[in-house]
This record gives sequence, structure tokens and C-alpha cells, in this order.
Amino acid sequence: MEGLTRIEAMTNPKSKPGSMLIKGGHVIDPSARIDALMDVLLRDGVVAEVALPNKIRGADDNFDAHGLIVAPGFIDLHVHLREPGQSYKETIRSGTAAAAAGGFTSVCTMPNTAPVVDNAEWVTWLRNPERGAVVNLFPIAAATLNSRGAALTDFAALQRAGAVAVTDDGKPILEDEIMRAALRLGAQLNLPVVQHAEDTRLTENASMHEGPTSFRLGLRGISTAAEANIVERDVTLAQQIRESRLHVAHLSTSDALKAVRRGKRAKARVTCEVTPHHFTLLDEDVGEYNTNFKMNPPLRSATDREAILVALADGTVDAIATDHAPHATHEKEIEFERAAFGITGLETAVALAITKLHREHKIPLARIVELFTAGPARVFDLRGRGSLARGDHADVTIFDPQKRWRFEAGKSRSLSHNTPFDGWQLTGKVVATIVGGKMLHRAD
Amino acid sequence: MNKPARGSLLGIEHLEEKEILGLLRLARGMNPLKARPLLRNQRIALLFYEASTRTRSSFEVAAKSMGAITVLVLSSGSSIEKGESLLDTGYTLRAVGADLIVIRHPSAGAPLMMAQHLDIPVINAGDGMHEHPSQALLDAFTILKHKKSFQGLRVAIIGDLYHSRVARSACHLLSKVGVKVTLCGPPELVPEFATTLAPGLSITRHIEEALRGADVIMLLRVQQERLAGKKIHLQDYMARYQMTTGRLKLAKRDAIVMHPGPIIRGLELTSEVVDGPQSVIVDEVRNGVPTRMAILARALGKAN
Repeated sequence: MEGLTRIEAMTNPKSKPGSMLIKGGHVIDPSARIDALMDVLLRDGVVAEVALPNKIRGADDNFDAHGLIVAPGFIDLHVHLREPGQSYKETIRSGTAAAAAGGFTSVCTMPNTAPVVDNAEWVTWLRNPERGAVVNLFPIAAATLNSRGAALTDFAALQRAGAVAVTDDGKPILEDEIMRAALRLGAQLNLPVVQHAEDTRLTENASMHEGPTSFRLGLRGISTAAEANIVERDVTLAQQIRESRLHVAHLSTSDALKAVRRGKRAKARVTCEVTPHHFTLLDEDVGEYNTNFKMNPPLRSATDREAILVALADGTVDAIATDHAPHATHEKEIEFERAAFGITGLETAVALAITKLHREHKIPLARIVELFTAGPARVFDLRGRGSLARGDHADVTIFDPQKRWRFEAGKSRSLSHNTPFDGWQLTGKVVATIVGGKMLHRAD
Repeated sequence: MNKPARGSLLGIEHLEEKEILGLLRLARGMNPLKARPLLRNQRIALLFYEASTRTRSSFEVAAKSMGAITVLVLSSGSSIEKGESLLDTGYTLRAVGADLIVIRHPSAGAPLMMAQHLDIPVINAGDGMHEHPSQALLDAFTILKHKKSFQGLRVAIIGDLYHSRVARSACHLLSKVGVKVTLCGPPELVPEFATTLAPGLSITRHIEEALRGADVIMLLRVQQERLAGKKIHLQDYMARYQMTTGRLKLAKRDAIVMHPGPIIRGLELTSEVVDGPQSVIVDEVRNGVPTRMAILARALGKAN
């Protein structure tokens, strides 16, 4: 049955993972430069062995992966699971179920919740098994108190509690002095500072990309400079502050990419992520005020998308991240200018990458897998993730790169259905998601 | 979501030339003082989320002169103040028995959204910076009264296009009827990509160039209340773009001066121009009534 899913009770402590042999699949593990037919043995929650076909025997369970790609578990660096405080949009349970269905074994959650995750207690709360996460959850904490951009949070305490990075996502850190201080403190702790790059002084009441479409619709525009100016400033700061780590969230413009390239050439520790909607859609797709095409940063021009495609292929971009941003119907089915920014993305990201990047733009599957695995694992130092080396976590994503299917928002595991991709015919489907050796999602 | 009901007027962009000419012909036959009761027993809701003098009163006079019952709902003093959503307000007016809704709203696209959720015609009386189709039609009506035909006309639109729904609707309309339009103003108010709005538009930064050979001059107010981050030095603006009797001489001798109002005397134009012989600004307001009669009659299927 198409789309059939079985989510096993991760919360049941009695169901210990046994051993599982994934046989006959095509393993792509960019971190080990593996791109060949291999078998993978998972045992006791870790990768026990990756070997040529038919060399491994004697597992409790066998998974026939003939015709499928077997990859390290996919990692999403940027999701909004809305807890604490906004469980009418999404919960950790529903959001991680959507992640599992979409092939993600690890997600990094953004702190712009209610209240903002700006202290260690909330980080601990997020990681508590009682929240019901079915995939690995890595909290990103706020960089400033209440994300107000004024006083830094206690990075060390947040890191000790398990935060993998800090950010004021949803808002930028505008003040030069605050950003400099954040990068400095991050450098001392080897903690990345994630920036939502938007000069909000230029984007008051703006709701989409500034260009012919915004002009036609009479909507105020978010210029490319609003993003690029901040990225340029941040890259310059990252070059000045030794060992600082800057990660540019949801990069959307050609000019911001130029700044990232400049930083990388100068050997600054600058990374960036790109979303599936920015490599798939354009500003003109907003059509006649379709709020499911409203997000921040906004869909950009063809020139920007072209630059992003080049950067995805040539290695400038480190990761594909969804910016999964669920919203309730009453927050979207209103006037465009008043509608909430953001779209869901966990269940369409992998298929969009295969459909658009691989099939349409001929980017090799190995590179796409890297953008979902080794790339993001490096950005936040997620040790033992994003690769299938012996002893790594038994997180595996198995997908069929040929399978054609139709995405239906109504069948999403997310509590919200604000997606522009409802009804899209896509190629490439996640067939199995394995977390810690346990099969979490299985589709035919 | 459904398709907007027949007769809805949400913008000029998606109208065909023959629909525009049809409405203008219909408007020419309308006489507010000797109107037939075409809309007897029809209920028309005037839903205004923004202040309005001209548009509101002329829609109301147009409706009443044809025998319709009108209900005026303002955002203050209604459930809108208590947080009722736009769509719920629309459902409420429909349930009360409205046969048509005229809506003015500060958000672009709001009339379309309402039309997509109701089964009665919706007339856009101005939505944010998007469109103001009845204004464009009454302006076209005014041009035709003075120029007889659109053929070969040159129109200069000068001022704050960026914030102007009137300008957007005018550009669409004039482009569709084959008029050559020159847009004029500083880049902050007339961005380069403004020409992508419709075929036949061009831009100049020099008012002298815009005026040379113009048959029609449309002036727009600098919408200071909407500038939001854009910086305009009014002294510079007036020096470069204010319409004066001296500059008016650059246009054709029989050129007409239009302005959708409200006008700011001494800013985008001098009092001498407002009150001068070439000004048709008051005539535009007068023409609003027959034009809106035509729009309402067509919307309710009483156009024959």
C-alpha cells in the first residue's frame, strides 16, 4: 500500500534493538567515499559493519534493499517543532514523526518558541524522552535573552545542557557589538552561531521578495540587500575573530553566497544551508497571494535560484535544511500581508532534492546525500552521525531514487498542512528510516 | 476556495480590453439624476476598512440612485474591532442577505480572498498598494470625455507609483487600450521594475521628458504615511517633480491634468495648476458616480 507507515513504539523501553542486516542496497556514504553495492550490519544501536555483498551473515532481521540507496541517516539543521508553547501548530511528537516519514533521523530545533529557549532548563526539557521525539532531537538555543538581540545567553550552560548551536532565528542579531560578542563567546566554546540574515530595518511590513511580482501585487518587498548586507557583515566578523563559527541559515540570495564564498576562501569557519523551497520555487510562484508561498527569507528571483543551484553543486553550500515551519489554518487563510511566514518541509525535502537537483539539474546522488548527512553533521559537530563508519549511531535512511509518487498534504504527519507542494508529483521516495537500529518508518 | 462570482471587479490586470470598453460604454449611458431603478431590492454592503471620501460616497450614491439598499460597515464600530476575521465578516454580510460587497482594505489581495470564499460579486474599492479598478475606469471615462478616443494618446504618470494602487490600475488599463505611458519620478517611488507591470510602459527620471508631447498628465500624491524606511526629501522632490504652470507648457496645449486625490496643494502640484483651465480633477470625482453605476449594474446582471 502506497504510503503505508508503521511507527514502532520508540517510547517502549522493552523493545531493545537487535541486529539488522541491510542487504543488496547501493550504499552512498560520502564521508567514507563509499558509492557501491554493499551490505550494512547494525547491531546494538550502532553500525557494526559495512561490507561487500553477501559477506555478512547471521542477523536477527534482514532488510532487502535491492534497487534502493542506503545512506547515513539524514540530518535537518533547521526545524520549528513549536514546543514549548505552540502545540496547536506542531508538537515534538508530531514533528519528529513527520521527520521520520521524510527520511530524517536527526533534527535540530529552533528556539523561537513561547517561551524562547534561552536557558538550560528549556534545553533539558526539550531533550526529555517524555516529549516523545521519535528521531534524534538536537536543540539550538537562543543567542540572546528572549532573542531580543540585547544580552547574550549563557552559552556554556546551554551547551552543557545539550544545545548544539545558538541563534535568534526568526530575527537577526543586528547590532555589530552583540554579533561580535556572540561569535567571540562561540569561538571559546567551539559553538556555532546561526544567523537569520535579514536587515529588519529594510523589511518593515514586507511580505515577499522585492521585484516585479511584489510590485505587481502591491506588496512591500524584502530586498536581496536585506539578506546580503547582514551576511557580508557577519562573514567579515567571522574572519576577524579567530576560531569563531558562523552558520548562515536558509541562505536565499546570490549576493549572500558571494559573501560566504569570500569567507570560505579566507579559511574562516563559515557554513551555510539552503532550503528545498529556495532551490525549487521562484517569487512569481506566489501567484495571486497564495500564502503557502509566503516564508522568510522569501522565494527569490531566477538569478538567485540559479546561483543557489550552482553553489549546491560546487560545494559552497554545506547542507540542505527544511526550515520546517508549521502554522495553523487560521494563521495562513488570511490576508497575505498578515499571514504567518513559513511552510512545512520535512516530508517533501528528500523528494524535491532528487526531483529537482538530481533529475533536473544532474547533481550526483552522492552530493545530494552529502548535503543531508556529512555536510550537516560537520556544521554542528554531530559526532557519530551523518556517516556509516563502524561504531557510528545506527541511523540509516533508505530511499528509492526512481519511485514516482504524489505528495498529499492531507496525509502529512505534521499537525499543520501549510505547504506549497500539495499534490505535487515527485520522484524519489524514502522507503525506510532507521534510528538507533530501530525501524521507525517503512513505506512500500 | 472558489472562482470569484461573475461580475466581480477585483482589478484591471485580469480584465480584457473589450470588458473595459464595455464598462466605459455602459458608464456613458448612466445618468445619476435620471437613473432607472435597475437595482431595486438589491442589497449592497459597503465594507470599508480604510478611510475614504470620494470612493465611498460615490459608490453609495451610485447604488442608491439605482434603487439599491446599502449598508455601510466600517472597521471601527463593528465586530472587526473585536478581532473578527475578514472572511468571517464576509460570511456574516452574506448571511444578512448582501447581494454584493464593495470592499476597501489596507491589505493587497483582500478583495480577491473574499471573492474566493463567497458566492456573490465582490467589488474592489482599493486594496493596499495593489489596485483601485473603479478609479482607473473613471479616469479612463474622464480621458474619453476630453479626448474622444484612446488612439495615439500619450499619458505621463508622475509621482509616487510605488505606493499607489491607482497607478497600478491605471497602467494596466491604459496599456490594454493601447496608450503609451511614461512613468516619472525618483527611483524610490518609481522602481526600474515598474515597467514590467504591463506592455507599453517606459520610465524617465526627468519631468520635462515625461511632459513633452503628453496629452494627459496624471499626478500622484507622495504617500508620506506609507514611506516606511524609504527616504524622500520633499524639497528635492518638489524641485524636480512638482507640476507648475511653467512645466505644464511643455505638454500639448490641450493636455489635461488629472489627480485621483486627495491632492496636497503646493507639493505634487501648485494651486495654480489645480484651479487652472487644464485641470479636470473635480470632473474626475463627478465621473465616479456613473462609472460606479456601470460597475454595480454589470455586477448584478442588470446591465442591459
